[in-house]
Amino acid sequence: MKELSNSVCIVGVEESDEVGKLPGVSQLSLHLQACHNAVADAGLKMSEVDGIFTAGQHSPALLGEALGVNPRYVDGTSVGGCSFIIMVGHALLALHHGLCDVALISHGESGRSGTGVTRGRDTSLSGQFEMPYGFGGAPTYFGMITNRHMHEYGTTLEDWAKVAVSTRAWAGLNPKAMFRDPITVQDVLDSRPMFYPFNLLNICLVTDAGGAVVLTRADRAQDCAKKPVYVRGAGEGTDHVFVTEMEELPLSVATRNSGKKAFEMAGVSHGDFDHIMLYDAFSSGPPIMLESLGFCEPGEGCSFFDEGKSTPGGSLPINTNGGGLSYTHSGMYGIFPIIEAVRQQRGECGDRQVPGASLSLVNGMGGMLSAAGTIVLSNQK
Amino acid sequence: MELKRPLPTPMTPEAKPYWDGLKEGKLMMPKCDDCGHVFFYPRIACPSCHSRSVGWMQASGKGKLFSFEIAHRSLNPAFKIEAPYILAMIELEEGPRMMSNLINIDPDPTVVKCDMPVEVVFEKQNDDVTIALFQPAG
Repeated sequence: MKELSNSVCIVGVEESDEVGKLPGVSQLSLHLQACHNAVADAGLKMSEVDGIFTAGQHSPALLGEALGVNPRYVDGTSVGGCSFIIMVGHALLALHHGLCDVALISHGESGRSGTGVTRGRDTSLSGQFEMPYGFGGAPTYFGMITNRHMHEYGTTLEDWAKVAVSTRAWAGLNPKAMFRDPITVQDVLDSRPMFYPFNLLNICLVTDAGGAVVLTRADRAQDCAKKPVYVRGAGEGTDHVFVTEMEELPLSVATRNSGKKAFEMAGVSHGDFDHIMLYDAFSSGPPIMLESLGFCEPGEGCSFFDEGKSTPGGSLPINTNGGGLSYTHSGMYGIFPIIEAVRQQRGECGDRQVPGASLSLVNGMGGMLSAAGTIVLSNQK
Repeated sequence: MELKRPLPTPMTPEAKPYWDGLKEGKLMMPKCDDCGHVFFYPRIACPSCHSRSVGWMQASGKGKLFSFEIAHRSLNPAFKIEAPYILAMIELEEGPRMMSNLINIDPDPTVVKCDMPVEVVFEKQNDDVTIALFQPAG
């Protein structure tokens, strides 16, 4: 894959018209808004899109039909919220081989309002082996990983709270973020008990939102509306689905494998990044991802979230959009960290711009650190 | 009697010996005939050596609390056990991990500890379903 580094670029990114509480917008419309907005951001026409990538309830075939696009290439990889990050790598391959020329990755989810949503998923295994005991919903599983981490490494509730505090500080600089008022570690500890070790402020929002990303080959990218952002590396991995089967709990094998592949392809190492986006469905996720990716020893991930490090103006900004914890989290969050990293690489982020950002890491999980996607993005070849 | 827990529907055919065992007060686990790997949830092939020859063994019902959460609410309206209750990940002494509840202990993180020894308790739900709960081993 090393020879494919920098061969394709992200040329368009955008959210749906709004993100947040949107009971008047159907899930499909969130998709279509995001797709039209991202294609316009790229300076392309919808009729030029010939590759469609999406995960969730709507298939790439339905999305093509609804957009009025007849794709030459489709991908419906669905391994949780990181699917869209994984699809950047899949789109890269499809573009490289000429299977499509303009790839559109779309997410739309009416996660809060459920507008235009029919519920229903496979519970044949969890219905037998988890739900009789009260399991169901991500907090009932991710807390298991989190609590074991506390047991093995001595991590504290205060350590996790720092992640929520840092992320909220960034949200204060993002006009699209749902919650923007600053919080303290004590605020997190005093928030409503939900599923120990999680209080309310350790857990992501539930919102309605769409997002889309447009990619094309690097030669064509030069003619698009915005400064191209190069995909320098991409990697994916899966491990378990059920937390009981998580091989190295509390660390994620999927995360480690996806990062290793992406870093090798990009020819970069941990110290090269000046901006990091991590999938924060829970405050404990980003530190565990940093540990799994090899940024530090197991148990040391929370130290990245000290004031002056991950925080605004800090030495290694993390989750600069305000994250799933404070900006938006529709369910499958993975499209949004890509959008933010591209905006940082373009220098479009206003008050929250990381000065001179030139290398962004995006890492996301699917399920409970079950699957993972990592991409390395840069405004330079 | 009103059910307080969502019960398995459907029970999958490959898990029938597990559910039949619970009704008789036995915790049955799948075991590979070829490599001896004991695993959970039940499947028709060994996830360790990939053999298609899988049998069953009766587990001791002893193990440790690998991890836990204290739930202050339920996200499933069909689960009606009064909060707070303990969501438990049990590691059986035969190796496999399974989800359950830890009962007969205060739901207090200063009392409940990872790696504490636990033992199985069988709780009948109706004529078709008995489930495996766990309590501190004493």
